Amino acid sequence: MSDAPTLDVRNLKTHFFTKAGVAKAVDDVSFSFKAGEVVGLVGESGSGKSVTGFSILGLVDPPGRVVSGQVLFKGKDLLTLPKEDLRHLRGNRIAMIFQDPMMTLNPVLRVDTQMVETIKAHDSNVSKADALARARDALGQVGIPAPDERLRSYPHQFSGGMRQRVAIAIALLNKPDLIIADEPTTALDVTIQGQILFEAQKLCRETGTSMIWITHDLAVVAGLADRISVMYGGRIVEQGAINDVLDHPVHPYTRGLLGSVPGHNTRGQRLHQIPGMAPSLLNLPQGCAFQARCPKADDACHTEPAITEPVSGRAIRCVHPHLNADEEIGA
Amino acid sequence: MSETVKHDPNLAPVETPLHRFMSDFSDSMIAMAALAVLLVIVFIALFAPFISPTDPYDLAKVSIFDGKLPPGSVSMDGVTFWLGTDGAGRDLLSSMFYGLRISLGVGVMSGVIALCVGSSIGLIAAYYGGRVDTLIMRIVDIQLSFPAILVALILIAALGKGVDKVIIALVLVQWAYYARTVRGSALVERNKEYLEAATCLGLDNKRILFRHLLPNCLPPLIVVGTVQTAHAISLEATLSFLGVGLPITEPSLGLLIANGFEYMMSGRYWISFFPGIALLITIVSINLVGDQLRDVLNPRLQK
Repeated sequence: MSDAPTLDVRNLKTHFFTKAGVAKAVDDVSFSFKAGEVVGLVGESGSGKSVTGFSILGLVDPPGRVVSGQVLFKGKDLLTLPKEDLRHLRGNRIAMIFQDPMMTLNPVLRVDTQMVETIKAHDSNVSKADALARARDALGQVGIPAPDERLRSYPHQFSGGMRQRVAIAIALLNKPDLIIADEPTTALDVTIQGQILFEAQKLCRETGTSMIWITHDLAVVAGLADRISVMYGGRIVEQGAINDVLDHPVHPYTRGLLGSVPGHNTRGQRLHQIPGMAPSLLNLPQGCAFQARCPKADDACHTEPAITEPVSGRAIRCVHPHLNADEEIGA
Repeated sequence: MSETVKHDPNLAPVETPLHRFMSDFSDSMIAMAALAVLLVIVFIALFAPFISPTDPYDLAKVSIFDGKLPPGSVSMDGVTFWLGTDGAGRDLLSSMFYGLRISLGVGVMSGVIALCVGSSIGLIAAYYGGRVDTLIMRIVDIQLSFPAILVALILIAALGKGVDKVIIALVLVQWAYYARTVRGSALVERNKEYLEAATCLGLDNKRILFRHLLPNCLPPLIVVGTVQTAHAISLEATLSFLGVGLPITEPSLGLLIANGFEYMMSGRYWISFFPGIALLITIVSINLVGDQLRDVLNPRLQK
């Protein structure tokens, strides 16, 4: 496989023009990845993770709008692509998996109808029998027992985990190059979550599909992703290879996040937390969005921090990065 | 493999929606009675030529000497007129059977067409939103601010007489109700995630509208459909009674009532009275069925 990135997002800005002001939900976000790579997009609620996903697919609803930037998918800019061409990419080359499996399947249509429809929407020459066979294979691929029986079921006859598997199977139907998974395991219990993660990882390895896994759960990303991008206030504050970032976080926010995860050697102690609350996107401070909660903040943080690469393979946005590896995480 | 499937715990036997719907519907005795009456009426309308005692439009068999006979009279040929005869000597019961056929036919036909037209327009308004929505809904508002009978009268005056013209007029009067109903529920459904997911799957707008959005808007549509069909029947009867509806060659219940109206004051009540009762029973039974449908299909009233 070539080294050209499957997806290359450059300086993406998506703003929401509300009556209360402009909310910069995604502000100058850049990342890229190769075929078969899994990127974890991590951040707390309202940090712009999901909007980034929607912006890639061109599905930002008014009052939101992609203001500038490029989303290069195999060299083509999705933001300038005609609507009809973009529609053919959706569900075909780029698929999306949503958070709540209870809501993403049409309640009145049988699973086979919904799956066959997805195939036929992109290739009307496929016969119904072939489409059904592909649907059955996809259900088998995500570990659904007795796919033949299940094809004829309605969504309400499935449990939550099974429904999410169906949703993933539908995303896989056309063998996409890229899957955008928007917190797909958040609504599931932990055992099901583990199974889904396992299946997702296996699929990426086997089919060379790239995946953006949007989540707020660092533990999920740790086991799944190859690379990680941490978002805060609409910007990516730190990105790099998963183990590097988790073992040696450089940005104070990433350190804070990791410090809030309970671990074995902190048992019995008070859990560390980042002070304050996530800022409103309508009212971000000048310069670094994290300055109000950052232990290292000073006057230099009032100016917009540029993207720097203090360690090779790592990009961060901070004027006071933690470069000394011995500093205690969370301090 | 297929043997183990039957014991899959996830596939516990579920009550199908249709089954639940039927058992909910049969909860009300009144609704069941109304449904039975409605089925009888539909049966009569469908098979009027076979079950009518006489053919009221066979001029060779109708005698003017049998005119205005009271109910229960026997004709010179020995035929019993259970509900009497009208001014021209036609058997009223047979005329009513045929009239029911025409009334129901026109009502249901215009109801179905209005449903298709109105719900498509309502779906488009809800799905595209913005200016399209505003334009369509203002037209609906304007139309609904006029009384239905007035709009229908104006349309008939413009279009002229005839069965097709009456159906067109009824459709033009009624599409707005369907459009408004469908738009309302489609606006709720539109924001649900499965539609967003459908967009993400790259389905085209036509598929999303009619395959995904419409079936989820059906429950309120069914209710409005029944009530509006009853409304269409009574509107057609009103137009025919006023003499601007169906032509005299297609005598609906409304025309029969109009026919007997001139004899009302001379004590020959039956010529208007019985078609009126038939119309009343038809409309009341459709409305009762519609009411029960509304209760069954309303998620807020679900037990």
